[in-house]
Amino acid sequence: MTALLKLDNATIRFDGLVAVNGVDLEIEKGEILALIGPNGAGKSTIFNLITGIYPPTEGGISFNGKSIAGLPPYVIAGGGIGRTFQNIRLFKELTVLENVLIGAHTRGRWDLTGALLKLLPQVRREEGRLLKLAIHCLTQVGLAHKAYEQACNLPYGEQRRLEIARALAIEPVLILLDEPAAGMNPQEKRTLLEMVRNIRAAGVTVFLVEHDMKFVMGLSDRIAVLDYGVKIAEGRPEEVRANPAVIEAYLGKGTMR
Amino acid sequence: MLHAFVNSIDPYFLQILVNIGIGIILALGLNIITGLTGQLSLGHAAFMSVGAFTGALLTLKTGTPFYLNLLLSGLFSAAVAALIGWPILRLTGDYLAICTLGFAEIVKVVFLNLEITNKALGLTVPTPTSALPMPVIVLMVAILAIVASVLIQNSRFGRALKAIRDDEIAAESVGINIARYKVQSFAVSAFMAGVGGCLYAHFLGYINPSDFGFLKSIDMLSMVVLGGLGSIPGAVFGASILSAAPEFLRFMSQYRMLVYGALLVFLMVFRPNGLLGGVNLTDLVLRKLGIRRHGATRNQEWSQ
Amino acid sequence: MFLQQLINGIALGSTYALIALGYTMVYGIIALINFAHGEIFMVGAFVGLLMVGVFKLNIFLAMACAMIFCMVLGVVIEFIAYRPLRKSSRLSALISAIGVSIFLSSLALMVFGANAKGFPEQAFSSRQIHIGNADISTLQLLIIGVSAALMIGLEFIVQKTKIGKAMRATSEDYNTAALMGVNVNFVISFTFALGSALAAAGGVLVGMLFNAVSFNMGLMAGLKAFAAAVLGGIGSIPGAMLGGLLLGVTEVFGVAIGYSSYRDAIAFAILVLVLLVRPTGLLGRKVMTKV
Repeated sequence: MTALLKLDNATIRFDGLVAVNGVDLEIEKGEILALIGPNGAGKSTIFNLITGIYPPTEGGISFNGKSIAGLPPYVIAGGGIGRTFQNIRLFKELTVLENVLIGAHTRGRWDLTGALLKLLPQVRREEGRLLKLAIHCLTQVGLAHKAYEQACNLPYGEQRRLEIARALAIEPVLILLDEPAAGMNPQEKRTLLEMVRNIRAAGVTVFLVEHDMKFVMGLSDRIAVLDYGVKIAEGRPEEVRANPAVIEAYLGKGTMR
Repeated sequence: MLHAFVNSIDPYFLQILVNIGIGIILALGLNIITGLTGQLSLGHAAFMSVGAFTGALLTLKTGTPFYLNLLLSGLFSAAVAALIGWPILRLTGDYLAICTLGFAEIVKVVFLNLEITNKALGLTVPTPTSALPMPVIVLMVAILAIVASVLIQNSRFGRALKAIRDDEIAAESVGINIARYKVQSFAVSAFMAGVGGCLYAHFLGYINPSDFGFLKSIDMLSMVVLGGLGSIPGAVFGASILSAAPEFLRFMSQYRMLVYGALLVFLMVFRPNGLLGGVNLTDLVLRKLGIRRHGATRNQEWSQ
Repeated sequence: MFLQQLINGIALGSTYALIALGYTMVYGIIALINFAHGEIFMVGAFVGLLMVGVFKLNIFLAMACAMIFCMVLGVVIEFIAYRPLRKSSRLSALISAIGVSIFLSSLALMVFGANAKGFPEQAFSSRQIHIGNADISTLQLLIIGVSAALMIGLEFIVQKTKIGKAMRATSEDYNTAALMGVNVNFVISFTFALGSALAAAGGVLVGMLFNAVSFNMGLMAGLKAFAAAVLGGIGSIPGAMLGGLLLGVTEVFGVAIGYSSYRDAIAFAILVLVLLVRPTGLLGRKVMTKV
């Protein structure tokens, strides 16, 4: 099965510091792949590489067989890769609904002319379609009842869910979740787990970075482990958990398990 | 008949009304790039200048009918904006602001030195002959500007602009081409400034490149900031107050800029949303009519 | 001919450098373009003028007074118009800075009127010294000398003193410096004070160079100095010095070639070009944003 996303010896260097070092990674269509590793291992950098914020210094990256290295973020998003951010980046002043409507931006095409000719049936149809898509995404994360709230007024856990809804509005093929469970209590994490499973069931491939081991183990089909920018392990959760290199990376050398 | 009506109104009062109308058009234009898209344009008077001179020259050298004249002035300003916007709008906030200021100064200096704009002597513009009297035209254009602003604000286009204002990186992550939208927003803003400039030229009857310097740009900015950046009623309110005030406060005219300066600082420190920012006019009106926008009724439809 | 223009350019450029330093230091430390900086330059010129004209002080004392007055002014402005906005958006701070700028220039217009004022004859009697086939006036020598002395003094403060170290730390990383016990508010005020003092000196020098002090000299000089700071690399002190000199020389040569009516536009053209082609300037560093 050809991989949906493929990192080929991807390397990112910042002025002498190697953040990502020759990483080979493949994400299969329909799977839930998790990326774990100690702090500073380069996980967010890999996300930023995939979404086009940084170009690879060396190596390649391809999506559905076509290279996306060096493409700007908005093109990559338009190609079907959505993401959430480690430090939540919502449009704070706007409402919950507007946030997701903006997420649905690439699903429409009427710009200035459409704005001025609002009453044109094609334009109204498109607005209706975008609205329906937005509500659908909000329902998926359980926030439809708060559609008119200002995004900054939501409690933290709901803000994270809103970000996911916004990413879903792209109608993505692949979604990147950057520490989606951070700061959530156990109850919220259980809800999130179900949510991610439903997202996959709807046909979206999931690639996530997370620190909560229980969350990761219970959710992922496969896990990749990063340490100092190098991939040190990859495989099914049980395999990775027992891998001595992984244990050493997290606990340091010379510690008995 | 309309001419007769207009001529019966006290000309002093009429002048204030027209100034307010033009002010509204200018403020709404600036509001799109600065209020809605969050890009500070400190040189917007340059687009007003381009529109004013284009309109004046069209009237003086060709015999273009006035309505076409207005349109062409706006379009030409928009074209200039698109041209310089493309390279400039890649810059971050502060640098962009200074760059727009620099550009405005360059435009002023160039116009002061070109033969066709009559250098430092300026141009005298005859009143256009048109079916409708000037004040009515200004009113109509102002209303159009308001309508256009409202339409833009609540559209996919407007949402993209607001996204850029709030968080560019997040906007890019959902597929918005930041550069393209910034340039389009800039062009729309310039269009309105150009139309405003053309009206200004034909109403006042005389224009000079020095009229459109930094202080004019600040005039426009103050209108938008006073009312609240990004707020349409705010821009209208700010434009009205600041266009009318100089007349009523004529005795204080030398204090005008002093007050503007202090006002800007005061607003930013104590009320950054301006006087009307954060007030949603539609909500206010609907609530008075007994219709609640946020609430159970709306949501019940969707949970089916 | 070439040498003459070069001398003129260096003299003019030194004054731009003095003002540019204030911009670059403030930007380096709180990422704000202090729009009002040009007005401080203007106020400095007026204070110098007053000291010489009314109080009959000699030029050096007058300059010192101007510098002290503007140091206080700079600190007060930071306190009233920028400090409350430190957590707000950049747009707000920039608009506030513009407000201060307008306020100060209008105030000067009200107090001193619209006409440019000149320094009285006895302020500094300038002689021409012949070098090769060029003349350098003692005034120009004074300007270059004072500017150089002030810049060397600044470098000393920034590189060799404790407060200088604190300034460098705060400009690298504001939050970490605060956590490390640096009194960030004091450092910022000090930075404003230093920059304002330099601008004031520049104001007095320019006032003497052109023998004209007026309420609107701040805007143009400020923008040109900003262009110089950007050219040299905003945030870099040597960059501001280099940028100022380069801009002065370019402007003088531009006028000499025949573009005198476009004199003011030259600085803006440079500014726009630099920002488009090499936004970090000649000596600036590229900063990566963390996402």
